[in-house]
Amino acid sequence: MFRSVNETSEDRADALFHALSDRTRRNILRRVLAGEHSVTALAAAYDMSFAAVQKHVAVLERVGLLTKRRQGREQLASGDVEAVRSVASMLDELEAVWRGRIARIDELLARDPAGTGTTDTPSTTTTPTTTRTTTATPTTQEK
Amino acid sequence: MPVTDITKDLDARTLVITAEFAAPVERVWALYEDPRQLEQVWGPPQYPATFVDHELRPGTRSTYYMTSPEGEKFAGYWDIAEVAAPQRFTFSDGFAHADLTPNPDLPVSENVYVLEATATGTRATYTSTFPTAEGLQTVLDMGVEEGSKAAINQIDGYLAAH
Repeated sequence: MFRSVNETSEDRADALFHALSDRTRRNILRRVLAGEHSVTALAAAYDMSFAAVQKHVAVLERVGLLTKRRQGREQLASGDVEAVRSVASMLDELEAVWRGRIARIDELLARDPAGTGTTDTPSTTTTPTTTRTTTATPTTQEK
Repeated sequence: MPVTDITKDLDARTLVITAEFAAPVERVWALYEDPRQLEQVWGPPQYPATFVDHELRPGTRSTYYMTSPEGEKFAGYWDIAEVAAPQRFTFSDGFAHADLTPNPDLPVSENVYVLEATATGTRATYTSTFPTAEGLQTVLDMGVEEGSKAAINQIDGYLAAH
């Protein structure tokens, strides 16, 4: 899947990580891993020129993460499912999202064990009482 | 580490995550009932969430948005179906337009959250199912920073294996 036979595995890692260092390219890769897309359809999904999107596609193609075929006037791109298994890797990403959420729940429960939010119970119960006392004594308000 | 089990069903596009919390079931349930607590845990710190409506009652719609570091807002909604306090609730989670109305062009995941009492606190089981692989992908495309780290790790693992 890689162009040059002389490339060392370190060079390949550099190329692969460079290809994935860009957010748009990771996004394109996710799309083509889920199914074949024409380069035109991909270009329409981003707020950038067709040429710019084509360049990103070329970077992914060079490292073997994406393959292209021609159909009439269209260039169709698909992700190399052998390289990155699509649904599996997406579920891995979702797992990371959930791990973050669960860590935050754990922190919140430790920080606020009674579940009273930011205000603590004693002060909320005393506040209405004070308000009632002041309104009930008109003399205090006049002073 | 509170996460105790992760099950992925690739064919059903389902993720089941089990976590143990050192707090009673009622306390964990209270977190899901209170929009002010829920928004502290829903989005990653870089994308803080704000719940606009949230009641956790059957037939209600919760709405929220997440704000990116650049100030861009991503809105979503929960259509709450079943609620059995303090054990279980089910909801559809979808994307919304800027005015918080559902965007039917984007995927909707089906979610079941279950809380059970244990000797040390609460076991929570979160099940999320996506209608299609495309839908799952779109969800991940909506600016989830935590996800890209896992994507990089995946590539790292691939390189090590080849």
